[in-house]
This record gives sequence, C-alpha cells and structure tokens, in this order.
Amino acid sequence: MSHQSPIIGTSPIRKEGRAKVLGEAQYIDDLSLPGMWFGATVRSAVARGTIRSITFGEEINWDAYCIVRPADIPGENTIVHLTKDHPCLADGMVNHPEEPILLIAHPDKIALLAALKAVHIEYDELPGVFTIEESEAAVENNDAARIIWPGSDAGGTANCFRQYLMYSGTAEETEDGIAAAFEAADFIIEGEYATGAQEQLYIENNGVIAECFRDATGNIESVCVRGSMQCPYYLVHALTLVFNLPEEKCRVIQTETGGAFGGKEDFPSVIGSHAALLAMKCGHPVKITYDRAEDMAATTKRHPSRTRHRTAVSKDGKLLAGTIDFAIDGGAYATLSPVVLSRGTIHAPGPYKWPFIRVRGKAMATNLPPHGAFRGFGAPQSIFGIERHMDKIAKTIGLTPEELRRRNFLTTGDTTATGQLLSDPVDMQHMLTRALNEAGYHEKLARFAESNKGSAIKRGVGFAAFMHGAGFTGSGEARLNSVVYLDALPDGRAQILVSSTEFGQGTQTILCQVGAQALGIAYEDVIFHQPDTKFVPNSGPTVASRTAMIVGKLIERAGKKMLETLRAAGLSEHHSSDEFKACVKSYLAEHGTLRSSVRYEPPTKIFWDDQLYRGDAYPGYAWAVYVAEVAVDLNTYMATVTRFDALQEVGKVIHPVLAKGQIEGGVAQGIGYAIYEKCMWKDGRMMNNQMTNYIMPTSADLPPIHIHFEEVPCIHGPEGAKGIGELPMDGPAPAILNAIENATGIAFNTIPVLPEDIFERLTSLGHPHGGSEDFNLTVDRDTRVEEVTA
Amino acid sequence: MRSDVSQFDLTAPETLDAVLTQLAAEPGKHTPIAGGTELMVALGIGRLAQRSLISIQHLAELRFIRVEGDAIHIGAGTTFTDIRRSVDIARDLPLLIQSASWTGSVANQNRGTLGGNICNASPAADTPPALLAYGATITLVSTTGRRTLPYADFHLGYKRTALRPDELVHTITLPRTFADYRHYIRKVGTRNAQAISKVALAAVAKMDGDIITDIRLGAASLADRPTRCTAAEVVLISQPINEDTIRAARAALASEAKPIDDIRSTAKYRAAVAENLLEEFLRSLL
Ligand SMILES: Cc1cc2nc3c(=O)[nH]c(=O)nc-3n(C[C@H](O)[C@H](O)[C@H](O)COP(=O)(O)OP(=O)(O)OC[C@H]3O[C@@H](n4cnc5c(N)ncnc54)[C@H](O)[C@@H]3O)c2cc1C
Repeated sequence: MSHQSPIIGTSPIRKEGRAKVLGEAQYIDDLSLPGMWFGATVRSAVARGTIRSITFGEEINWDAYCIVRPADIPGENTIVHLTKDHPCLADGMVNHPEEPILLIAHPDKIALLAALKAVHIEYDELPGVFTIEESEAAVENNDAARIIWPGSDAGGTANCFRQYLMYSGTAEETEDGIAAAFEAADFIIEGEYATGAQEQLYIENNGVIAECFRDATGNIESVCVRGSMQCPYYLVHALTLVFNLPEEKCRVIQTETGGAFGGKEDFPSVIGSHAALLAMKCGHPVKITYDRAEDMAATTKRHPSRTRHRTAVSKDGKLLAGTIDFAIDGGAYATLSPVVLSRGTIHAPGPYKWPFIRVRGKAMATNLPPHGAFRGFGAPQSIFGIERHMDKIAKTIGLTPEELRRRNFLTTGDTTATGQLLSDPVDMQHMLTRALNEAGYHEKLARFAESNKGSAIKRGVGFAAFMHGAGFTGSGEARLNSVVYLDALPDGRAQILVSSTEFGQGTQTILCQVGAQALGIAYEDVIFHQPDTKFVPNSGPTVASRTAMIVGKLIERAGKKMLETLRAAGLSEHHSSDEFKACVKSYLAEHGTLRSSVRYEPPTKIFWDDQLYRGDAYPGYAWAVYVAEVAVDLNTYMATVTRFDALQEVGKVIHPVLAKGQIEGGVAQGIGYAIYEKCMWKDGRMMNNQMTNYIMPTSADLPPIHIHFEEVPCIHGPEGAKGIGELPMDGPAPAILNAIENATGIAFNTIPVLPEDIFERLTSLGHPHGGSEDFNLTVDRDTRVEEVTA
Repeated sequence: MRSDVSQFDLTAPETLDAVLTQLAAEPGKHTPIAGGTELMVALGIGRLAQRSLISIQHLAELRFIRVEGDAIHIGAGTTFTDIRRSVDIARDLPLLIQSASWTGSVANQNRGTLGGNICNASPAADTPPALLAYGATITLVSTTGRRTLPYADFHLGYKRTALRPDELVHTITLPRTFADYRHYIRKVGTRNAQAISKVALAAVAKMDGDIITDIRLGAASLADRPTRCTAAEVVLISQPINEDTIRAARAALASEAKPIDDIRSTAKYRAAVAENLLEEFLRSLL
C-alpha cells in the first residue's frame, strides 16, 4: 500500500481534456502529410443490380487523377469481419445504395467534385428487399429473384446472416415445459415490438490518412493508416487481407476521435482500406474524409428490429413460460450482424425469472447499407420489446407494471435464461423501490391522473427495468485474449500501452486512474500511449462496455505485477510517489527496461457453450431501473420527456463526473431513439441524411436527467467496476413509451414515435392516415432539393 | 463542401446605390447575399445555381429599426439578434420577437436577416406569419425608385415573390396599433431548436367583451407560401367566441389550408394542428 489516497471514485481532470478545451487537439482533418492527395468514393446509385458499364466523361483530364478499381486490389477484395461476403469495392454487382465502386484521388480536393460527377455508371437493376418482412417473404416464397444474399460457410442461409436458438434448459425439456405452461396458463399474452434504425451522429465524420511504402524493387512493403476509430486492430486485420501483408506490416494509428458510439467500430476498415489502396496506387499519402451527408447516407447505423413475444402468465402474475422471436435487419452484408444479434438475443428475456423460455434470433439481409455497431449493440432493440411487453402483460392481467415486475425479478442465486448463476448480490426489488422514489413515481401517478382530466396536456410516468452484460459475449473475452503493457519510464512515471481508444468517453482517464491506484502513485504520474499498433499490444476492441471492466482489470493486474517487481528491488511497503520514481530509476539503471505485460485470464471460470447458446453469457451485468416522465400535448401531438431518472448498479463508479456524463449522454441518445430520430428510407437509400431533417434532439428538447448510482463490486473489474458505456441506451425508449401509454392510454409499440404517429392514433378513422409513414421523402418544401449543374 | 468556390464571384459594393446600379446593369445575373445563412447552405451541398453574388451584409443603410409615429420601420438587413434586442419591437410587436427568438440558433440569428428570411420565401419560414398577422408593408428599391406593397401580396407562389431581379427589399414597415390586441404565436417544429416549422400560426385579435372586433391570422407551411388565413378571419370577425364559432373557424381554416406531405410532416397533421392552434388561441381570448 502507498500514501496515495484512492484515486478511483474521484474525478480528476481528463487526460486529453486540456488539449480539447484549448482547441489544440488534432483531428484527422487537421492533419496533413507531405505530398498528400485527397480521395473520394464513387458510389452506387441503385440498391441492387449488375454494373453494365462505367464510362469516364471526356470533360475531365483523367491523367491527373488516380483511379482504383477492384482489379487493383493486391490481396482479397473483401472487408473482413466474421465472413468475407463484404467486398472492399463492388465488383460487377451492387447490393445497396451508396456502395463503393471506384476510388479516385487527386492532389487538389476540389478537383474531385467534377470527377465524381463525370463517372457514369449504368446498371441492370435487380429487385431489392428493404425490410425484414420482404426479406423473409422472399425465403418463404422461394422467390429466387429476391434472394439477395446466398448464405455462407459461417452459419448463414439464404437472406439470413445467422440464426440463434436459445433455451432456458435442454431443448426438449424446455419445449415440453413451454407447451405445458401455455396449456395451463391463466393468460397468454402476445405482442409485437419494432425499432427503427438510428444514426450514431458522432460530431467528427469518418476520416483517415493512409500511406503505402514500397521496397527498393517497388514491391509493397507496408501500409500505415491513421484516423478516427475505435478498434485499431480491426483495421489491421482488414488491411492484412486487402494487401496480403502480415500484421506487423499493417500499422494503424488512432488519432483524436470526435465521438464514435459504435459507428467507428467496423466502418474504419472500409474507409481505411480505401485510402490505403489509393495511397498504394498514386504513391502519395491519401486523406479521405466524408462530409456529413456522405457519412450519414453511406455508413453504418443501428439495426432495425422486430421482437415477437408470446407469454404464459398465471393470474397472480408469475411468468410461466415464454417464446421470443427476435429479428434484426442487417443490411446488405453480414458485417457484425451475427454478434449484434447474439447480444440482442441474450438480452431479450430481460431481468426476469423464466421457468421456461425459448428465444429465436435471426439477422436478415436487405438492400440497405450494412447496419453496424451502435451503443447497446442489439440489446436496446430486444429490451424495448420485453419492457413494453411487461407493461402489456400487467395491463392485461390487472397488476401494476411495478407489481408484475416485482413478482418476476431475478435475484441473487437465480439463474438467467442462459443458465448463468447470479452469484454476485442482485437486488432489483431495492433498485425499483429506490428509482421510483427518486422519481416521485407514485405521487405523480396519482397527481397526473387527476390533472390530466380536462387538460390538453396529458402527463404520464413509466419505467423500464433491465440488465446489460459487460464485455464480450460468452467465450468472446477468452478468444480475444487481450494483452496490456504497463511501462516504467526513465523519469519514473508509468505509461499505459493498450489498443483501447479514447473517443470522448474517458478511456484514457479511467485507465490512468486504475493504473495510478494499482501502483500507488499520483494520477499525473501515469500517462497513456497513443494507440499505435507499432507500439501498443492488442487489448481488444473498444466496444461492448468492456474497457473499464476487462481492460481496467488487466491494467490493475499489470500495476500489481510491476509493484511486486519493484518491491523485490527495494520499494518500501508504504511508498510515496517520489519513492516510486526513485525506485524505478534505479531499477532501470540496472535492468534497462521495466515492462509489466499481462494477458487476460478470467478471474473465475466462465463456461459458455456456443452451440447450445448456454452458460455464462457475460462476465458481469450492470442492473438498472429508468423512470421517464412525459407530457403529450393534444394540440400538437408532440410527446416531450419532462424528467428522467436513471438508477444503475455499476459495481464501482471509477470517475463520477465521466460516469454521469456517460449516463446523461446515453439517456439523451435514448430519447432521440424513442421519439425523434427516424431514418427515412426510400428503396434502401436514406433520404434524410442531413442534420436539418434527421431530427436528433437538442439540449432544448431534453429534460433534467437525474442520475443515481449503486455499487456492488464485481470480481471481474478493477476495484469492482462493471461496464456502463452501453447501458444507458437500453432503458429510455421503453420507459418513455410506457409513460406515453400512461399519459394517453395508447400503446405504441414501434419506435420512433413521432407527433404524426400520435396524431394518427388519437384521431384514428380506422385506417392509417397522416402518420409518419405518410411522409413524402422526395419533397422538401423548405429547402429546394433539385440538382444544379456546377 | 460540395462546391468549388473558385467558380463563384463575390463583390461587395460600398453603397446601396452601387449595389442597385450593378443589379440594374445586368438584371438576373447577380444575386444579393445578406447573412448568407440560406445561400451558404446551398453552396455547401453543391446546389447553389447562382454564380455571382453581391454582398449587402455590410450596408448600414439596410440595417435599422426606426420608430416613426404609428409605425416601426425595419431595414431588410436587420438581423434576428437586432430584432430580439429591440425594446421598441418587444413593446409593440411581441410576435416578431418570438419568431426571431426561435429562428435557427444564436449563431444563425447573429447573421441571418429579416430580408433574407422573406426573400428566400420558404413557406416554412419563421417571421412571415408574424409579419402577416401584423399587416406589414414592404418597400422595394431599385435604380428606378421605390415601391411599397402589402407584405401579403409579396409572396406569389412557391418560392416566388414580387421582387424584380433589379430590386432589393429595403424596409419592412409594421403598424404600432396593436397595444389593445391579444397576441398569439406558436411554432410546431421538428424539435425545440434548430427546427424548420411543420406548421406555425401567428394571430392578433381585438376583443369587445366576448366579441371579436378584429382578427388577423398568419400561417407557415399551410400552403406553398406564407399565408394570411382570410377565410378563417372572415367567419370570426364580429362573432362571439363560443363552440359554434370555434367549429366554423376550424372549418374555414381547413377549407383554405393547402398543406402537403413532405419529408418533415404530413398534410393531414399540419392541417389538424393548425386548427388546434387556432382553437387554442380562440379559447385563450375568453
Ligand atoms: C442551421 C440553420 C437553421 C435555420 N433555422 C431557421 C429557422 O428556424 N427558421 C427560419 O425561418 N429560417 C431558418 N434558417 C434559414 C435562414 O437562417 C433564414 O431564412 C435567414 O433569415 C436568411 O437570411 P440571410 O440574410 O442569411 O439570407 P441569405 O442567405 O443572405 O439570402 C437568402 C435569400 O434572400 C435574398 N436576399 C437577402 N436579402 C435581400 C434583400 N434585402 N433584398 C432582396 N433579396 C434579398 C438572397 O438573394 C437569397 O435569395 C436556418 C438556416 C440555417 C443555416
């Protein structure tokens, strides 16, 4: 132990905060390399078809440009994720609007505009499928023309990237139990719930700069890509295939990253490979940055989903058995859909005890740009389903939403739907009591019931209870096999080397806090190495709420290991920061270096069966109850969230200010997901790819957000911390829709709910009219949309 | 940036006269640019057809708020921020302050002008409903002189105005005769800030007991241009406010509203909400 007072649980200034506040932080578009060119992407104008011809307009002097075609790719024409179905450049066939076909580079960025317009592509269009239902129908009807994805050797079948079947016990036992329960149940309640796509809308668009190096004989020796991203080693992996180079010849450097939310998990593999190909061909460094319209139209979004519940319930409100069918729209290529589907499937049963449950999950192919990672990664979708469904069950059987949940919550010692034993203390009863008290829920229920009478403003309260697993699913962490380094520097400070990235959420700060606490030195004496794969080991991707818990734990272990070494070299038990530095210096004088390298080992045994989809789904869960208060104005049919309370049990709060920021931001994103943000698709193309018509809520639309924490330490995280990054995305949508139902008596089961949808339901003439599905996406009365010739 | 700025010309003559002379010399060739908060958006997305821009942003001659007798004169170059800061406008024309306050963001309000807002002529623009309700007049200038017309006659169709290519909007004039009127304005946008109106209604009414003795209604996004809702006004004038009147007013408004479905909302929603806003206003008069 040291003299240092604990740093975990305090809120030191952010490591990268100063540079950001002073405007000194260099984002990719601030950076330039000598001789750098600029790249742009020629994209598909149609959703699906074969490319008949590509012609280059004669008005352009093409000699001044570099053009990359699929044939230029030295390795495989693929952006590798779980399978290789996703081409780096479309070769002969396009499967979604905005699909990259050619790449162009020029020393002058402006010169790209005219060139892009001068590439003329003719297509023989093929029919596309644009929704889960259309994709399913093609399979059911054996409609070969609409089988848009053939299947794969990685578990995919026609139009379906992946299916999962998850049982609460053995298949046979569970099926029998379900059949018996549905036979005997007092109530059988069915419901269908759907969620829309959502744009991550990070402030900084996707962007990279790539270089390609050749040896004396002109052969490609290595590539280097720097840019805005979450997962440098994912891009390394993609580059190894595109360039047919070994890992160590594909260097990736994360630069300052202005937000990501999952949108820079898999996509940098695309733009990074593109820039590197242009750099290879033109012999110059090449920068590609997307503008907002391109970024929104062409890059990944949250998967749309549909969840179908069928539940057997006794009249005293016990869940007897259930079946859940969860489907997501993966877009045109598999990308990360199987993993998103997996998390969604596992979270679908919610924090409840199910004697018998079967969850089926499937990810369908459509001719939309591939959907990808976005905070929550499938869980917000299926949690929306279960938490709306619980309110429906409560209403049907005549219990309060609170009482129904109380009778079914998982508790310490129970097993989850995947058969995971909850050995850490779990107290959802207390969580619910506290959250409802903090929000003044009962008082408001009574008060609003009165004040709503005769008022054009209908107020309501609603809540959602949920859990979110931190870290990779099942055996994922073991497979990742993450490594971290902790170096002692010549000046006596310590340096963290990981591939975990900072993109606004606080990675650098919290990992340095963990390092400082483990080493017993000052926070200022721990620094963070830029994620550059030439130097940092692979500590895994910065996703899945795994950084604080999994990587934090590794840093903690690395710190303890380094201390052991230094203790052996004479560092006293109760060392000061100065004594630490002195000891490091003398150690280095003798040994040259001091690096503590630690590899992932589960602190307890984790069992997971990938075939049966059973076992310990996640190392740890954060638990939460979110309460929303809404006002629905019957003059404008607008729903507004007027107060929000978010209570979560997160193990240990490492940095209270950052933790609060994570929750606040997640709740804001969740509010957008629920009642503002609608991706409007026409034949697979996003029509509202501008911030003026993609309606993300502003600060003027957000309520006071009250954040409350509980701490029950978990053995898997440093000082007991669990992940919180994705958690706050799960609860708001169902809580808000439950509140809207409380306010208006109307059950909305599809998000987003726009004012037009409330209007349609409140004034329903028995047929749909005037809802947001009736928007005319080709007309914008405010802003002229016709093209001009430039 | 999806435009090549080197393909555009920008001049900034020193005086209003010089601008007008240039406009008159080659009518239609040049486009005035004030705050640029419309034109620069079009430039950014590569959709600005006009190649030659004449800046009028710096012209002090167009940037004023003057109280003269029974009228307030506002120069076309007056920014939303200027309007929000004017005690005279706040006192006499509160609806205009309101509409300026929810136009875009503070940054927009610092640059965007009243003249730009009405010349851009979006049916969804924020200040026109207030100008229509207040019965504004508009003064246009050119090298051949000035002409003044009722603002209600300025908008001729979808993004078409009475402005000739050699003209500029000089002044918007509003009467200061609403001291004993009741004022109402409500914007129903896509969100609470940085929002384009789905529908908006501005209204002033004079009451004698429960009888409406005068009423003017201006609306956004109810037609292809900002509109004064005269049919509804006609059925309301000289009427007491009761359920029958409200019903008749709603029906009249429905008869004259010609909203459309577009990417922001639906015709049915806009029409229904406009009626609701009118009813909300009428009930507030009781
Ligand atoms: C982010 C953003 C948010 C916005 N939000 C809103 C909003 O909420 N509500 C709203 O109504 N608008 C909004 N706008 C649009 C815009 O800000 C306003 O319409 C503003 O009033 C335009 O004024 P300007 O001076 O910037 O116009 P400019 O772009 O300079 O010009 C617009 C048009 O008017 C013409 N013009 C300008 N002045 C004159 C003159 N004196 N005589 C003749 N022609 C003239 C120009 O030639 C051009 O055709 C928004 C714009 C942006 C970029």
